[in-house]
Amino acid sequence: MADTTTTEKSAEHTAEKVVPFEPKIIGFLCWWCTYAASDMAGTSRLKYPPNVSIIRVMCSSRVDPSFIMRAFAEGADGVLIGGCHLGECHYVSGNYKTAARIALLKKTFSQLGVEDDRLRLEWISAGEIRKFAEVITDMTEKVRKLGPLNWRENFEPK
Amino acid sequence: MEQPKEKLKLGVYWAASCGGCDISMLEIGEKILTVDSLADIVLWPCIADFKYKDVRAYPDKYIDVMFFNGAIRNSEAEEIAHLLRAKSKILIAYGSCSYEGGIPALANFYSKQEIFDRAYHESQSTVNADRIEPKTKHTENGYELYLPEFWETVRMLSDIVDVDYFIPGCPPAEKTTWSAIEALVSGNLPPTGSIIGAGNKSVCDECPRERKETKIKRFKRPHEYVAPDPDQCLLEQGIICLGPATRSGCEARCIDSGMPCRGCYGPCADVYDQGAKMISAIGSVLESEDGEEIQRVIDEIMDPAGLFYRFSMSHSYLLRRRLVGAKEEMK
Amino acid sequence: MEETNEKLVKLTIDGIETEARKGETILQVAERLHIDIPTLCHYRFVKPYGACRICSVEVTIRGKSRFVPACSYQVRDGIEVQTRSEEVIQHRKMLLELMMARHSQVEVVRKLAHEYGVDTTRFEEMPSEGCILCGLCVRVCSEVVGANALTFVKRGTDRYVSTPFEGKADTCIACGACAYVCPTNYIKVEDIRDRKYVFSELSLGPTTPIHIPFAAAIPGIPVIDSHACIHMQTGECGICSKVCEPDAINYEMQDTFEEVDVGSIILATGYKTFDPARAEQYGYGRFDNVITSLEFEHLSHASGPTGGAFVKADGSEPKSVAILHCIGSRDKNYNEYCSRVCCMYSLKIAHLIREKVPDADIYELYIDMRCPGSGYEEFYNRLLEEGVHFIRGKGVEVSQMPTLATTTPAASNSKLYVKCEDTLLGMPRELPVDMVILSVGLEPAEDAEEVARIFKINAKGDGFFMERHPKLAPVDTLSDGIFIAGCAQGPKDIPDSVAQGAAAAAAAVSLIDAGEVALEPITSVVDEDVCTGCKTCLVVCPYGAITRDEEKGVAVINDALCKACGCCVAACPSGAISQRGFDDTQIEAELAALLMS
Repeated sequence: MADTTTTEKSAEHTAEKVVPFEPKIIGFLCWWCTYAASDMAGTSRLKYPPNVSIIRVMCSSRVDPSFIMRAFAEGADGVLIGGCHLGECHYVSGNYKTAARIALLKKTFSQLGVEDDRLRLEWISAGEIRKFAEVITDMTEKVRKLGPLNWRENFEPK
Repeated sequence: MEQPKEKLKLGVYWAASCGGCDISMLEIGEKILTVDSLADIVLWPCIADFKYKDVRAYPDKYIDVMFFNGAIRNSEAEEIAHLLRAKSKILIAYGSCSYEGGIPALANFYSKQEIFDRAYHESQSTVNADRIEPKTKHTENGYELYLPEFWETVRMLSDIVDVDYFIPGCPPAEKTTWSAIEALVSGNLPPTGSIIGAGNKSVCDECPRERKETKIKRFKRPHEYVAPDPDQCLLEQGIICLGPATRSGCEARCIDSGMPCRGCYGPCADVYDQGAKMISAIGSVLESEDGEEIQRVIDEIMDPAGLFYRFSMSHSYLLRRRLVGAKEEMK
Repeated sequence: MEETNEKLVKLTIDGIETEARKGETILQVAERLHIDIPTLCHYRFVKPYGACRICSVEVTIRGKSRFVPACSYQVRDGIEVQTRSEEVIQHRKMLLELMMARHSQVEVVRKLAHEYGVDTTRFEEMPSEGCILCGLCVRVCSEVVGANALTFVKRGTDRYVSTPFEGKADTCIACGACAYVCPTNYIKVEDIRDRKYVFSELSLGPTTPIHIPFAAAIPGIPVIDSHACIHMQTGECGICSKVCEPDAINYEMQDTFEEVDVGSIILATGYKTFDPARAEQYGYGRFDNVITSLEFEHLSHASGPTGGAFVKADGSEPKSVAILHCIGSRDKNYNEYCSRVCCMYSLKIAHLIREKVPDADIYELYIDMRCPGSGYEEFYNRLLEEGVHFIRGKGVEVSQMPTLATTTPAASNSKLYVKCEDTLLGMPRELPVDMVILSVGLEPAEDAEEVARIFKINAKGDGFFMERHPKLAPVDTLSDGIFIAGCAQGPKDIPDSVAQGAAAAAAAVSLIDAGEVALEPITSVVDEDVCTGCKTCLVVCPYGAITRDEEKGVAVINDALCKACGCCVAACPSGAISQRGFDDTQIEAELAALLMS
């Protein structure tokens, strides 16, 4: 994943090997817009970090807040939801529901101590492949700065 | 009710709870006499003086049915949970606290230190100039005294030991308690791990109010709904009611009295995280096609975490507020 | 002519016995009999005024004769009219001589006077500025247009026509009717920059409110531009309906909206050209002789404003023309993509110029010549042989003054200087030319975004509609049954548009032909054991696919109506709905697998 420079390699002999933190981000992308954008970004050979693992859904409104909570609970450092622009939902009004759910979820998360940047909702149309790459890059960097979430640590002791 | 060959040995125990569940056992009214004729009570700290050493002295699986209420808050509750698991044939998580954390689990929005600070230093009625806090061990005149260890996180009973059945409710309604007892006595029990006494659907199933499929423009806060329409769905009137995401069995008592459901019966059959489901449902019924307006309406919902996880914090995916930097303390 | 039962009157004009309706004027009757009576202040659509008296005729009633103005005198039974008697001629001569004293420089007056043998005047000459005070402009403005923007000021010899309080008339709608009716051309609509352009696409010249939309329009029927039509703006005028004998003018006709039930839709909504005014360096809009390729097309067309003559703004023939490629295309400041059609049409323009002005110097300033296509390269070679100068280097600026020290200023100061870097010579150049043609690129149509929203399809980053797959599904979109063709999908020339259009039609037909539509088996389904019929899903479903079975008290999803968005699945508070193929357990398994490492 990350490049290991020669200096780092030589340092390995003396110091304990430090594995750089690579954020693990789950992306729930709608089939019609953001998933299509990710596809196009790929065929257009745009470069962006490989940290976002994508789960395809038909519409961003299929994303149950439970999935997001579960992702965080099971080790994700960030979650990205991608949908069509407001007013352009393939399913007429699905993304308005997503907008309301995520707004409410973000408020809940602020009470639970999950940083705002870890949950991101973006409207990316199929043509906005540059935006897609920028969002992925930006989010990866922001989450990298926040550090690992490691929610499981909260679960001890059992 | 058919008389079993031998009298059942019955236990009721309270961990982190308010005592409401113990009282709810008596809500079955004169049927308690039936219970008395069918069973001997071998442990019930709320009504009689039982010692832990007596319980320890029981052989394993001595108690036929153990009703365990209250959440697991400290090392004492944990210890007794393990003890009672060993001594009981059937261990039942009775009431919201032991089933899903309940009201005590709201403490999961704070760290142990924050709770201590509030309880022993900050509360207006406290004078504690020496800053004394509970310790687990203290030596006085050569005697070692112990206190249970207070945990960071409130857990539900099933997080600690295997639980056979769950009876939800804060407290469980009379009908719920009685139908659970009937099932236990008759031996007509579902597979272990099931909920007994309650329904399989949501509170809406028992709710007498009518839903007209109207969308909601904004949500009201409690002081804004003195007299809601008695016939229309409360949610449709802008009152956040957890009924749709809450298991049935309570006969919609709160809603019948004009109060919205607060969700004490926990999630429905196919759901784990009740709060997440309610967040999803609430986000789905707003009537707005304007991103800013949606944000405004959502911003008016105060304390969504406390509202949607009032009883189920221990039964949620995230379990508690994040303990940033509290890792060392936990060890 | 409508026949009425009212009585007809009998009269004689110049010895011809005739009949006329009551209320008709002598002038109207004379016109019918093709008897010419001169007029100056008469116009058939305004009321008679009798200001100039030049139409005077001799009328004899019961033996008594007198002079009356033919334009306003209504016929009576038994009158005898002389329009060209000696007395009448004398009378008119006198009037004309008087007019010559003031209006000898006005052509219509001089011509008419000359016809009557009056070339000089015996009266004191007080030359006017050209207005003969016929009042037609004042009357047409109030009677026909209804604007009342003109009036007479003062009396007697001081009289003149002006706007109220001599200022800019607020009520003037710039229709130009006053200038049209003015017999002496004293009133002119001269302000070309401020004129109302009726034809907005090409501003090479104004057109009338009634016009055929464009040359070779089908059907070739004139239309009324409601924004320019006086009647539609003020409720007055209506002249066209008065003159149209077949009675074909209908002001009440409105746009109608019709709903058609269809199974598939082909979007071929086209493009718009790049507006070169956005690129100020090319001087479009500042210099008269900088025009776009489309304007050249209009100009050189046989039915265009010059009848096909290729001329500069001043009417003279250009001797040198520069054609600048890639205006708004292949340019990071505007559009990065190649518009694909400009190279070829620029070659065609050069060819047309060569035909019209054989000795003209024609320059093509290009980045790359892109001529793929049947016969295209051959055409390029032909142009090379026709002596067109090809300069590899994009034109960067058009100015009226040379900016490079090396450029020798041309003798004529009406030249335009086109700056470019000739990348084959490796030096900057500046070409003095008479005319510049900007080969503008293609952009998504103005309303492309809205169309995309209405049809739930996507646009690519450049704004053109996105196909489902660039290679495998080039006419399909992500919305089933919606197909795209032509420049709506991206810039392309006519052969490509035709090919794509045919493909889209075939794709649409194949749907119709099949007669049934296969749906993906990913619809949502309700678990009746868990559902309580709380109706949350009914509220969220945008398709009305969910109903409540009142008997069972549970929600029921209609598979044919469900479009499988899964919104209800997430919304269901009791977890009673699942989506086939996107079940909670399936998504959670994906999640678990992704988070396993």
